[in-house]
Parts: sequence; structure tokens; C-alpha cells
Amino acid sequence: MTRVFVPADAAALAVGAEEVAAALAGHADVVRTGSRGLFWLEPMIEVETPHGRIAYGPVEASDVPGLLADGLLTGTAQHLRLGVPETIPFLARQTRLTFARCGIADPLSLSDYRTTGGMAGLEKARSIGPAATVETVLRSGLRGRGGAGFPTGIKWKTVAEAKGDRKFIVCNADEGDSGTYADRMLLEGDPFSLIEGMAIAGFAVGATQGYVYTRSEYPHGIAAFDKALVIARAAGVLGEGFDIEQRVGAGAYVCGEETALLESLEGRRGQVRAKPPLPAHKGLFGCPTAINNLVTLASVPAILRDGAAAYQAIGMGRSRGTMPIQLAGNVRFAGLFEAGFGVTLGELVNDIGGGTLSGRPVRAVQVGGPLGAYFPPALFDTPFDYEAFAAKDGLIGHGGVVVFDDTVDMAQQARFAMEFCIAESCGKCTPCRIGSVRGVETVDKILAGTDVDANLALLRDLCHTMKFGSLCALGGFIPYPVLSAMNFFPEDFHRAHRLAAE
Amino acid sequence: MATYEAWNTDRAHGVIAGFTGVPGACLPVLHALQAVFGCIPPEAEPLVAAALNLSRAEVHGIVTFYHDFRRSVPGRHVLLVCRAEACQATGGDAAGAHVRAALAVDWHGTSAGGVTLEPVFCLGLCATGPAALLDGQPVGRLNPARIDRMLEALT
Repeated sequence: MTRVFVPADAAALAVGAEEVAAALAGHADVVRTGSRGLFWLEPMIEVETPHGRIAYGPVEASDVPGLLADGLLTGTAQHLRLGVPETIPFLARQTRLTFARCGIADPLSLSDYRTTGGMAGLEKARSIGPAATVETVLRSGLRGRGGAGFPTGIKWKTVAEAKGDRKFIVCNADEGDSGTYADRMLLEGDPFSLIEGMAIAGFAVGATQGYVYTRSEYPHGIAAFDKALVIARAAGVLGEGFDIEQRVGAGAYVCGEETALLESLEGRRGQVRAKPPLPAHKGLFGCPTAINNLVTLASVPAILRDGAAAYQAIGMGRSRGTMPIQLAGNVRFAGLFEAGFGVTLGELVNDIGGGTLSGRPVRAVQVGGPLGAYFPPALFDTPFDYEAFAAKDGLIGHGGVVVFDDTVDMAQQARFAMEFCIAESCGKCTPCRIGSVRGVETVDKILAGTDVDANLALLRDLCHTMKFGSLCALGGFIPYPVLSAMNFFPEDFHRAHRLAAE
Repeated sequence: MATYEAWNTDRAHGVIAGFTGVPGACLPVLHALQAVFGCIPPEAEPLVAAALNLSRAEVHGIVTFYHDFRRSVPGRHVLLVCRAEACQATGGDAAGAHVRAALAVDWHGTSAGGVTLEPVFCLGLCATGPAALLDGQPVGRLNPARIDRMLEALT
């Protein structure tokens, strides 16, 4: 029977992929994959023909009988036909390294993984030794993809040189930023890349145990990764020398902060630890620990396989390699776009993303999750680069780009940032715990027209205190969305004034 | 639709015993108890504390810190609706309001028909929002018609 590839990615399931797979059952050999990340085309199915794969989408279950009758299985049906997937402009423009396999192969087939270049990085690491492996990652220029952008090679070198009876690799898969879904896609669509990356990390720093801390909001990712662990153990990829256990979070955003995550893994409230000591010296259970974001770890196998120079050659400035940028919210072509650093925000939103889904003008773009700044179109020339965003009081975070049209109320978005901080603060430090409550109260006063100018000044002062007085990035970066909303969209904070004057 | 067992001390001891020797076992233990009983009732706290060599206060602190751990058994269905920014940008606030009106409950409430409604900050379905998770199954592109169809299909 002809093979038809149907995503089992949670976002594809959310728009009916399961029903499409059921409609195809009996007519074709249905292979479930991850998603290619072209979510406006999901459910996007691919038919294997003698001339390569032909994609169709977005396919609804009710389309399937007609498509089958018109020659779906030979790729000749014309309705919803997208052609060769790699020629779809959104895919053709990408540089897929970390997501090279996602959406193409059966994510739980270790033999598919090996035939598409998998495990070559781990073999390379073993042949060159731990020190050269750390050196390769260092020379590649890879930086933490969770948001902080710390050089991965330096972190690994610190752990490798640290003294300890046991060492750990911890993968941060607590992807809580709104607008981001890269970790989820890999857990579901290419879990062996994470396993290989962690095995390389363990070999490089001398760790024997790895933990993956996955957020509970990702039930499909958790299930897929647990299955992959069983397969990897049975095949001898994991087990003696290095093993991995997945732990599930419990709905606390702050556990994406590395020290809160370690507390949670140790079985406590997810409260932030003061640094130093750094986790690299004294991390999980007091042992030297390399804690990395999931995308960082999944990027390592290709770096080892293809060499540091190939990865280092991509990107701009001090941001080397590729970044899986996630287009989300009110954007026409919402999806995962992996590209070298340097693409501008305007290209991402207007050109690649096709502008808003609603067809209205873009008003604001939040980059980097709930702690990221709102950028107006006037800043669309900013290149996607750690330093370029920092220079404009923003951050790239985990690569989420959330687009809003001109119906957005930026004062409400500022209020939401503070409200989110109330809900998710771990409570350890005062600026975050109390400041967020005062922040909501102050925005409410501004919106009610009470002493607007004085309260705007107070809100700015509060943001300053939170930014410099908070223990971690939650309280410390919540001022970014608040201040950017105030700076770029001041008119939204003076609405009560105007209404009173009218 | 999930079914839960009534609280039973022996059964709870059995669940907790499955984690003997697991380092940092508190969250896995609490998840396992909630999967069986639907929540972490107060009676569970001293059992977990004794097994993990913690004080009851510490266990209470852990249970109440995390949004996921419930203190009472939820309805027959659990609906998580995303309230975060990417879903807001595509009408998430309106979707949330429609759900609350249709179920006649506020966030964290359980409807007369047995649907427990919880807000959630991001399900990773940000490109197909507004998004929800109904009994663990993802639902995207929520609008009033889709919400009504989804709720009508529940038994």
C-alpha cells in the first residue's frame, strides 16, 4: 500500500489530524510523523510517490474520500495539492539543522533516525574524546536557546572541570513561554535527537545520569519521549554508562528558570536559588550539573557530525548557527522557521509570516515570550540576534514571535504581564512577589483615569525596582513588556484622560 | 473522561511505595496519587511526608505551590483553556468568555454538567490558537461554533 504521512503532532491533532488518519486507514499505509511546522497548512499530509513526496493541506477528514477518488495516492489529485513539500516557499527558505528530521520520519523509528544521519554525532564524540567534544561545541559558537544565550561550550567545560562524585545532565523542557513550541515539536517529532544530544553532553562532561524536566501541559510530548526512552534503552543507546529519566512538571512557569527547575526536580517547591553557586559547580542534588535547554541539546548532534566550522559559518555577530523561530498569534503563515541568525523582525512578520491572519495592520510583536518586549513596526529592522534585541531593550528568549493586529490594547497587555507575574511568581523575592500586585493595581488606576501621569511615573519606577531587584528573570524581565508598551504605545495609557476630556 | 478511585489509605500507601529509592520523588509521588484519586486530599499529606522523610508542612507547601495539584476531585471532564498572549492575539479572551458563559462557571469552577474549567498559560499550540486541552486532547482554532460543538459532544 502507498505510504501516506500524517502528523501526530499535538497542534495537528488540535485541528483534526487524527480524523484524517482514521479516514485514510484501510486505503493507505498511514505513517504518523511529527509536524513540518507549517501550521496554517495542518493537517498537512504527504503521499509517497515514485517521484518523491507530494503534500496536501489543510486536509479535513471530509476531504479524504474525494481526494482518494481523484488520485491522492498517486499524487495527481489537484484539490489542496501543495506539491513537493521542500518547494513550499516557507520551507525552501529555511536552514533546517536541528529540525532537519521533524515531520518527515517516524519519530519512534531508531533505524529511520540512523539512516537520516542520527547517532553519527555521538559516534564522532566517542572517537574524538570528551575534551575535544567540549572544544567542538565551544568552537561552534552554540549559545543557550532557552533565552539567556550563555555559551554552551563554556558551561560544559566548567562542569567537566568541576570535582564531584556524580554529575548530571538536565534538559530544561519546561517551555512555558507563550508563542513557543519548538521543544514540544522535537519531543513529539524527533525525540532521539534530544537523547543523542544528552548522551553527547554526558560523555563530554562525565555525567552518568540525565533528567528531562518536561512541563505537564505537553501530554503528547511526554508520552512520545517516554516511548523513545524505552526504545533507546532496548537498543543499548542508553543504559550502561548513561541513562535518562523524564520528570513531569506541575504547572509552574517559574520552573523554567534553571535553579527553580533543580529545586522542583529535587522534590521541593519550585523556588529560585541565589547564584552563586552556579549549577555547573553545585547543581542537582549538590552535584556539578550541565542544565541546558532542549533545543540547545538537540542542536549538538549535527554540530558534532558536521563539525564546528559548518555551524559557526551560519549566523551573525556573536549569534552563531540557526535559531528555530516560532511564528505565532495573529499571523497568516504561523509556524516554525529555522534559519541562521540575522533575519530581521520585519522579514519574519511581513514577508515570511505574511502579515496578520486577520488581514488588519500589524500593531505590535512580542518577541521572547511573556518576559519579552512588544516591538512596534518602527523596530522591524532589528535583526534576530541576541545582542541586537538586547540593544533595543528586548530579548529573543526562546525564539517566540507573537503578532498582534491593531485591535490590541497595549495597556491591557501591560496589565496582563503583571497579572501573569502574580500568578507565576515563586514568592521568594519581594520585588517580584509584591511588585507584580502593585503593578496591576497601578495599571488599573491609570486605566480608571486616576492621577494618570503620577501613576505612570510610579509604574516606571516600580519596573526599575523589579528589573534590578528581582532574584531571577521572571521579576527581572516582566518590566520589558510593561515598559515597551508604555514607551511605544503611550496613547493606550491615556484613554481614560481622553474619555474624561470628551 | 477520567474515573477516579475513592480515597483509600492502603491504596495510597501502595502508590507511594512504588517510588521507594527514587531521588527527589515528591512530584512523581503527587502526580501518581492525583492520577489515582483525582486530587491530593489532605489525608495524603502525612503519608507522603512520612514516606519521603519530610514534614507535613513541607508536603503541604509543595502541594499548594504547584497549579496542577488539586485539593478536591474534578468533574468528569477537565477543560484547560489557554489565556496566554499568543492565544489572546487570535481571540483567546473572547473564547475564554464564551466557554465560561456556555458552562456557566468561572475559572477553576465545575459546571452543572461536570466540566471543570481551568485557565492555563500556554499549551504550545500557539500557531493554531486559541487553544484548549479537553481531557488531555488538544483543540485548536477555537471560536464560538467550535466551542459549542466541543461541549455538546461531551457526555
